[in-house]
Amino acid sequence: MNLRRDVFQAIADPTRRAILLLVASQSMTAGAIAANFDTARPTVSKHLQILTECELLKQEQTGREIYYHINAKKMKEVADFIEPFRQMWDDRFNKLESIMKKYKSK
Amino acid sequence: MELKTKIHAEDGQQELTITREFDLPLELLFKAYEEAEIVEQWMGTKVLKLENRKHGSWQFETRDPKGNVVFQANGTIHEFIPNRKITRTFEMDNAPFDVQLEFLEFEGVTEETSKLTMHIVYRSGELRDKMLKLPFAQGINMAHNRLQEIVNKLKLTQHDKA
Repeated sequence: MNLRRDVFQAIADPTRRAILLLVASQSMTAGAIAANFDTARPTVSKHLQILTECELLKQEQTGREIYYHINAKKMKEVADFIEPFRQMWDDRFNKLESIMKKYKSK
Repeated sequence: MELKTKIHAEDGQQELTITREFDLPLELLFKAYEEAEIVEQWMGTKVLKLENRKHGSWQFETRDPKGNVVFQANGTIHEFIPNRKITRTFEMDNAPFDVQLEFLEFEGVTEETSKLTMHIVYRSGELRDKMLKLPFAQGINMAHNRLQEIVNKLKLTQHDKA
């Protein structure tokens, strides 16, 4: 179950979503991906590592280069399915929490 | 970023579990479920009936600004133990879904924090998945919409290759 939670954490970050969007159009090396961001290279590497660990990205060795591919199967699974349901409950619970905090201080 | 609300839903199962930790004492968390006017605020629906007792029942209704009913749900309460547990059924009116069974367990974590575990059992795994897709159909979430854009783009790219 750890895995699915990691997927949600992965897509919660705007930079990681931008990376996914970028790699969705074509497979790229880490260097080419980093060139699209102002963020420091090690930060981009960390993002790539997280996306790879939760299987949203796959690595493939081509000659001396490692290319990042999007894992379409995993992406669809996450995008089509539980995340909006989770968000719906998360929104409700956030509201509940803020209402009750005010209630408490009354 | 740590996600506060977690969903545990295994493939092919007819149940799922929602867990959430609140920055609220247990009593306040429970109160948010107990008092109709508070439920209305965070659920964003009107509470027509909420009888918090064994054999009691509940009824929610949401209308659009024009006054048309857009959502109606009802159920029966089987167990109501203050600050601990609510067992109830949930059924959406005028929807092709069978009733579902919900076990809500409330526990204190510290003096100031608490946890809710919501265990939902559906009639079948297929039905569970259909219910999960409902909020997606309503398109409620920005981050998710952006993710959807990526998937759509992906479909196009694959189509190009084909």
